[in-house]
Amino acid sequence: MIRRFWVYIEQEDGKIHPVAWELLGVARRLATEIQDELEQTGDQACVEGVLIGENVEGLAAEVFQYGADRVYVADAPVFKHYLNNIYTTALVSMAQKHQPEVLLIGATTLGRDLAGSVATTLRTGLTADCTQLQMGVGRDSTRKLLLMTRPAFGGNVIATIICKNHLPQMATVRPRVFPAALPEPGRKGEIIRETISIAEEAINAQILAFIPNDSSGVKIEYADVIVAGGRGVGGSAGFALLKELADELGGVVGASRPCVDAGWISYDHQVGQTGKTVRPKLYIAAGISGAIQHKVGMQDADFVLAINRDAHAPIFETATAGIVGDLFEVVPNMIQQIRVLKEADND
Amino acid sequence: MFHALVSIKQVPDTTNIRIDPETGNLIRQGVPTILNPYDAHAVASAVEWKRKLGGKVTVISMGPPAAVSSIRECIEMGADRGILLSARQFSGADTLATSYVLASTIEAVHAEDPIDLVFFGKQAIDGDTAQVGPGVASRLNMPMVTYAIAIREVNTDERYAVIERKTETRNESIKASLPAALTCEKDIAEIPFASLPDLIASLRYEPEVWTAESPIAFDPAQIGLKGSPTTVFKTGTPEKHVAGEVVKTVDVGVETAVKMVLDRLAMMADGNTILGMVRQ
Ligand SMILES: Cc1cc2nc3c(=O)[nH]c(=O)nc-3n(C[C@H](O)[C@H](O)[C@H](O)COP(=O)(O)OP(=O)(O)OC[C@H]3O[C@@H](n4cnc5c(N)ncnc54)[C@H](O)[C@@H]3O)c2cc1C
Ligand SMILES: Nc1ncnc2c1ncn2[C@@H]1O[C@H](COP(=O)(O)O)[C@@H](O)[C@H]1O
Repeated sequence: MIRRFWVYIEQEDGKIHPVAWELLGVARRLATEIQDELEQTGDQACVEGVLIGENVEGLAAEVFQYGADRVYVADAPVFKHYLNNIYTTALVSMAQKHQPEVLLIGATTLGRDLAGSVATTLRTGLTADCTQLQMGVGRDSTRKLLLMTRPAFGGNVIATIICKNHLPQMATVRPRVFPAALPEPGRKGEIIRETISIAEEAINAQILAFIPNDSSGVKIEYADVIVAGGRGVGGSAGFALLKELADELGGVVGASRPCVDAGWISYDHQVGQTGKTVRPKLYIAAGISGAIQHKVGMQDADFVLAINRDAHAPIFETATAGIVGDLFEVVPNMIQQIRVLKEADND
Repeated sequence: MFHALVSIKQVPDTTNIRIDPETGNLIRQGVPTILNPYDAHAVASAVEWKRKLGGKVTVISMGPPAAVSSIRECIEMGADRGILLSARQFSGADTLATSYVLASTIEAVHAEDPIDLVFFGKQAIDGDTAQVGPGVASRLNMPMVTYAIAIREVNTDERYAVIERKTETRNESIKASLPAALTCEKDIAEIPFASLPDLIASLRYEPEVWTAESPIAFDPAQIGLKGSPTTVFKTGTPEKHVAGEVVKTVDVGVETAVKMVLDRLAMMADGNTILGMVRQ
């Protein structure tokens, strides 16, 4: 028997979303975690990608490099653009045919949309936004299950979820939670072409237009450096100061919710439970108190620097380093020191 | 006549959640509950369209009896009818079981009083799954537009709606056949101030309470804990971060404080200094 670990390879306009590489890394690790069971049963584990789109077969080569042994491709004009119902039909029919044990999907806007529909149609469980995934023995189960760990209740609780009696075991994972698999140039695999028929009446929606949105510039969820401001920043002028620091660091500006509510900065910059989850290398929190709803969005940053007047602000509990002081003194000084360092470096 | 149905959830206000330090369990007692913020915006949008086209807004919610207060809040915003799905057997439902109950309810309402649009919030802030909306729409075989930021047009005669949604890279304008479902971002509509008549109506409003047996006989195998393929294996409290070093500008001065921090940054664990990274 083949135990299949599936990764949905999200693509838009022929471009694969990098979360797919992260999920392929996870799937490969999961497959090795059942090594003991494979040795006992003589089963085989396979990491497999699923690619849906138009003219996407060529993308499979890259998917193999990131560790897929096999890629199922549904390539047809009807799949040109993502539409919930059509993509759901395709993924569901492939899953029914090949019976994967695990199905991982990126928790992107597209992936979440798809995952909810696919899981329901397959009548299986789905755990959203997992932060840890492991194959392990669950309570009273003999076979190893996917142990899906995620924060719940605004990050106050960490829960491990299992899906014992239904297949596939489905999970979504936010981008940047796991490291990408390392590509192996020249690695090859097998392409399986799938023909999926979409009935005319299944096409219940159509895209009329794509409209560029103002957020196309800021992508805080993929930034390596974020300089975020809170109520302490005082207004849009304060954010201009943070932007200056962010520019020096090659980063972007983030914000707490009250700043967005007050109109100091747009919603695309909001970090937290009702904003974006970020995982930068450096997160500077200036004038942010560190409410739990904010922390859940940024606590996985590699380095958190808190700047706050109040030594008792909860943000300091999450910080790697902190400066108790007035941000209007600290930030300009920091900009200046960085400029000096950069100049010294150029000499 | 336009008929919108909004699926709403009452959620704990996560600002006020506390964890029992001994057991690691949630202290539910005394935690205030609120109408899920995204759902409030969904109701606001549904009511806006009702005012434009004439018609009605029905809200449904699966939850404990206390969820009545959230339904009243929707009536206050201008909704006309509320149905509370409340029974012990519903409890412990994951998103699959929840979507079964909601989809069956929507079907039943639709059979009496055809629905044009089914609204959901983008996600519920307690679970943050964003799964229930797409799940219900799939069960009902309805087009689903997630992350909707605006409804541009609703044409009940020609049976379509044009809805704009926001993805990571752009906005999409989607024409969906009716009945259609959508999950709403906050941009979809502003929360209105309640009109006096709506306010008064909401105070006395008693929603219909539907149980597991009546008026719909739900399949016991598909509801609540029994109908939920996922189960919680274990829970814990998140690892407490070790608080880092904190310097005070009043102690060392601004210049030194900043320098200390920049020095620490230069020693980042992966040897890849932030400044070095930036310079690349
Ligand atoms: C359902 C729900 C969802 C939410 N979602 C989010 C979310 O996604 N994101 C989010 O951020 N919040 C969210 N919140 C709000 C959250 O609870 C907090 O209210 C919010 O994060 C506080 O923002 P803040 O830290 O900027 O403001 P405050 O808590 O007011 O903190 C301001 C801080 O600035 C400091 N300060 C002031 N002046 C200066 C100065 N000159 N120099 C240095 N420091 C200074 C103060 O000491 C203080 O610590 C949510 C709340 C709810 C109920
Ligand atoms: N118990 C419930 N009753 C009614 N609607 C719900 C319920 N749970 C979730 N929803 C709806 O589904 C949306 C998404 O919820 P979730 O998938 O839990 O993030 C919410 O914004 C509500 O519109």
